[in-house]
Amino acid sequence: MGLDVALYGFLEVGGAPVPVVTIGALGFSGLMSAVSYFQGASLVLSSLHAEPLDPIDDEHRQLHNIVTEMALAAGVPKPQVFVIRDPSPNALATGRDPTHAAIAVTQGALDLLDREETQGVVAHEMGHIANRDTLTMTVVGVLLGGIALLSDWSRRAMYFSRGDGKRRGLALLPLVLLLLILSPILSRLLAMAISRRREYQADATAAQLTRNPLGLARALEKIGAANASPLRAASRGTAHLFISDPLRRASDEREGRLADLLSTHPPLHLRIAILRAMAHSGSAVG
Amino acid sequence: MTLLVVLLIIGWAVFVYNGLVSRRNQVDNAWKQIDVQLKRRHDLIPNLVETVKGAMEFERETLERVIAARARAVSAGGRAESVAAENALSNSLGRLFAVMENYPQLKSNDNILRLQEELSTTENQLTFSRQHYNDSVTDYNTRTQTFPGNLIAGFFAFQPAELFKAAEEDKSLPKVDLTLRRD
Repeated sequence: MGLDVALYGFLEVGGAPVPVVTIGALGFSGLMSAVSYFQGASLVLSSLHAEPLDPIDDEHRQLHNIVTEMALAAGVPKPQVFVIRDPSPNALATGRDPTHAAIAVTQGALDLLDREETQGVVAHEMGHIANRDTLTMTVVGVLLGGIALLSDWSRRAMYFSRGDGKRRGLALLPLVLLLLILSPILSRLLAMAISRRREYQADATAAQLTRNPLGLARALEKIGAANASPLRAASRGTAHLFISDPLRRASDEREGRLADLLSTHPPLHLRIAILRAMAHSGSAVG
Repeated sequence: MTLLVVLLIIGWAVFVYNGLVSRRNQVDNAWKQIDVQLKRRHDLIPNLVETVKGAMEFERETLERVIAARARAVSAGGRAESVAAENALSNSLGRLFAVMENYPQLKSNDNILRLQEELSTTENQLTFSRQHYNDSVTDYNTRTQTFPGNLIAGFFAFQPAELFKAAEEDKSLPKVDLTLRRD
């Protein structure tokens, strides 16, 4: 029985094999995700060295006003506001639901963007909060982890059980193995696609909140053109929360299907084109 | 089998009904939020006028118009009168902002810049609360009018809500007199 658990992860319970290790692993990953869901906001903010606003600083005061305006437009409670002392212009939103949300903007963004453009960026982040994107991406993360674990254990169970004399469905074996090997990759691609869709949705929500898609379009143009180095404190774990990829990964700007499929954010030029098209068609004007 | 169908229908009806109730509550809440913004503006204006009075002595009439409009807005009774008074106040503030552009020395005064930002954000917050109210009203009205929500709405007598409209006379651009008067 001990060997069963170690090799196959199964435990005999009343004659039926129960995959205890898989259940345990899923439970553990679920617990990790629950912790990140509830504590995630403060963990993310402290890893980025986010600081509260300085009431004496006029720029900070204006940022506070802009966040208040956008919270009113979205009909959500005003989130906490933080500043990240980094010259790279960027912004992020985090928090498990609209009542426990936070927005952080870098000093570089405050210096680079004017009031209208900052309003567009804040509206985009407010869109993430109102659309509960943190919840969506956490669930996606849990499912990703679960799929990876399940496929791993399925492969191992199949490998070890092949030699026990039962020759059922041998013809399907290579196909099933292929699917099991590919499923983690495929599910990652799906998660990236979901992340990109959420970004487009947040852009659309920003246009709806401000009734001014050009503000965000100009902000994205400036952010794209800014020759800044990657945001120092950001990591792969937090990259997807920002308005534009803080790690300045080449895949975000490279043309081509593979580059598109692997990045958390859509290419900036596409986002800007969509926003400008909104402005010309007048569909966002209320 | 029929019991299951009946239960499903009742469950769906509950779901739609609750959606209508929560949207109607959002409309009411958004309306109250507008009042909060209006009061905030009433409180901020005396401070602004005091701060700029010294630097803008030749614009006394513009400043007095703002004070008078604010007094009328604070004392307005009834919805129609209040809406008209608040729109008039917005107009007089707009004129004040336009006139302040003629005084470059104001731009170097940090206090005045801060107050201008405060008043700008107050006007913005008022605009966005009204926008959110209208968005909520549109969402709620659409749900009561489209199928299948209209069935539940009709049965439980959900009334359509009214959009916030700017008063007709304010659609004309205010005339701003930029000549400096010496009294």
